[in-house]
Amino acid sequence: MSEWWFWLSRQRGTLLAITIFVVMFTIYCANHPAGFSVNVVQTASNKGVLLAFVAMAQSLVVITSGIDLSVGMIFTLTNCLASAIVIGSPSRTGLGVLAVLAVGALCGAINGLIVIFGRLQPIVATIATGAVYFGLALALRPTPGGSVNETLADALTGRLFDVIPASLVMLVAVVLLVWIPFSRSVTGRAAYAVGSSETAAYMSGVPMRRAKFMAYTLSGLLAGIGGLFLTFFTYTGDAAYASGNTYTLFSIAAVVLGGVSLFGGSGSAIGAIFGALAFRTIGDLLFVFDFDPLWQPLFQGVVLLLAVSLGALGLLRVKNRLEWFG
Amino acid sequence: MSDTAVIAKPSLLRRVDPAVATAFACIVALLFVGSFYSRNFLSPEYLLQQMKVASFLGVIASGMMLAILIGQIDLSLPWLVTVGAMMSCAVGHGPWGAAFAVPFGILCGVAIGFVNGFGVAYLRIPSMIITLATNAVAQGFMVVYTGGFSPRDSASPVMRYLATGFAIPGLPNAVLCWAAVALATVIMLTRTTFGRAIYGIGNRERAVYLSGVDTRRVVLFVFAISGGASAFGGVLLAGYASKAAQSMGDAYLLPAIAAVVLGGASILGGRGTYLGTVAGVLLITLLQSILSVMQIPEFGRQIIYGLVIICMLLLYGRERVSR
Repeated sequence: MSEWWFWLSRQRGTLLAITIFVVMFTIYCANHPAGFSVNVVQTASNKGVLLAFVAMAQSLVVITSGIDLSVGMIFTLTNCLASAIVIGSPSRTGLGVLAVLAVGALCGAINGLIVIFGRLQPIVATIATGAVYFGLALALRPTPGGSVNETLADALTGRLFDVIPASLVMLVAVVLLVWIPFSRSVTGRAAYAVGSSETAAYMSGVPMRRAKFMAYTLSGLLAGIGGLFLTFFTYTGDAAYASGNTYTLFSIAAVVLGGVSLFGGSGSAIGAIFGALAFRTIGDLLFVFDFDPLWQPLFQGVVLLLAVSLGALGLLRVKNRLEWFG
Repeated sequence: MSDTAVIAKPSLLRRVDPAVATAFACIVALLFVGSFYSRNFLSPEYLLQQMKVASFLGVIASGMMLAILIGQIDLSLPWLVTVGAMMSCAVGHGPWGAAFAVPFGILCGVAIGFVNGFGVAYLRIPSMIITLATNAVAQGFMVVYTGGFSPRDSASPVMRYLATGFAIPGLPNAVLCWAAVALATVIMLTRTTFGRAIYGIGNRERAVYLSGVDTRRVVLFVFAISGGASAFGGVLLAGYASKAAQSMGDAYLLPAIAAVVLGGASILGGRGTYLGTVAGVLLITLLQSILSVMQIPEFGRQIIYGLVIICMLLLYGRERVSR
């Protein structure tokens, strides 16, 4: 009983994110003209997974109480790279995919090295590396263009057995292959420890550097997977500054909606995924209610503002006023 | 910092912040390198022109600096700049509009800044989140405003005069505006209890609260000022370009943060001088200008820009080893 209670309270943020998403998606489907159909789910999943991958990437770094303002740019860079090399014969395409993922991971690793050994604050270090990654993306694709292996692209954005959206399957696969092993390993637990208290983690001999390095590298890898999928959806590479920036900012919003504390040490990538899906659904809700699309950004902003203000309810439980100041 | 007090140094050397000195040294080095490319980099006209361009970033970065000094950050800057520009353009017509355009634009920024401040100070929401949310709301308002009907987006004569006119011959008004903002900020930071509280909150808000300062009110006003500064920057930019455009503020968020941090302010708060921010603003403006004059393509500019920021931070922005 008490063990269950402990588990539940630890997963509170994630569970809340899942609840928010389920409620939003139910409202969305109930009001959609086509209802809860395979097509609706596929479109929603294809739209949602991109942000879900980037949000996962962000959550890994946020858990170590860092922040990665370059995820959107890694996403853009890998998109541009994929539009150039993921093409041709199956073996060449396979190599291309691996190269894209390796570049994503490398970008993350560079962020990690600068933060760990350069001892710079993650927020400013990743602003600067983000500019570098965006520059590289621009060098690859001065104008939007390129192409991608369409057989692979269609397979990964279509449907499995005509029912299940393939992109959703890939998302689950990535969770099983990347997040679950990481969060259950000693390194993953060290990442949580570093996030909740760096001093305590250091005093207990936790492998801090390895934990941070892994978190940043995997974050780059996940952003790279996101960039790869963007290429599969659009068939082109586009070094757009605004889109990269938007993904970075949305990933922070998704992470917060997903119950990952920005102070580090709590939450999970799964929560971030549901946060991302919920955030996307909020944006789509307006369409099913036949509002003018012009109102979408305002609606999204107001919902976000209300959602983050809900976190302030915790203040009511504070007995000692000094706890306000953390 | 106790070890510096023990070693006796000449008073002037002790008072100069090494970070600020490095930043100014980098400015001189940039101009020196640039002068090999073209003698024009040292001409007074070019330098004055750069001062004018820098003053927009300077005004905007002043607000960001205050937010960073209390250990927070203001990510709502991009759309606050746009709000300031668009709102002042919207009312800047007719005899009444001409008088109220600039204050109205700034007031809109202050109002959104108050929302930020309320969220951070009283609801204790991390500033990165609440300012992101208000940024989205401000964007939403502007999209609705410009999309619903065709707005008046051209700058009024007063705004154009503020950004491009010459009240004193030879000295652009934009620079005077920045100087006024700078003077006000420096006086506030060094001569008032409010400024003292700002530095204190950046170091340890709990201690400042226990010393009897209403820290939440200070935080509230810091964000309001920061919003006003962003909006004022937007007003000047609109006057400079003689019109307001959507997403005109996007290009200012990262340079503003970079300028403050390059100027030696700690992103964790409590440490930093306005002189440093001035150095950071000039450094970034010069870097961007020299890279574009040398006709380096956009991608090269981005890469060099990022690398230079990392290198300079590695020079003097490192944290102490956690032990």
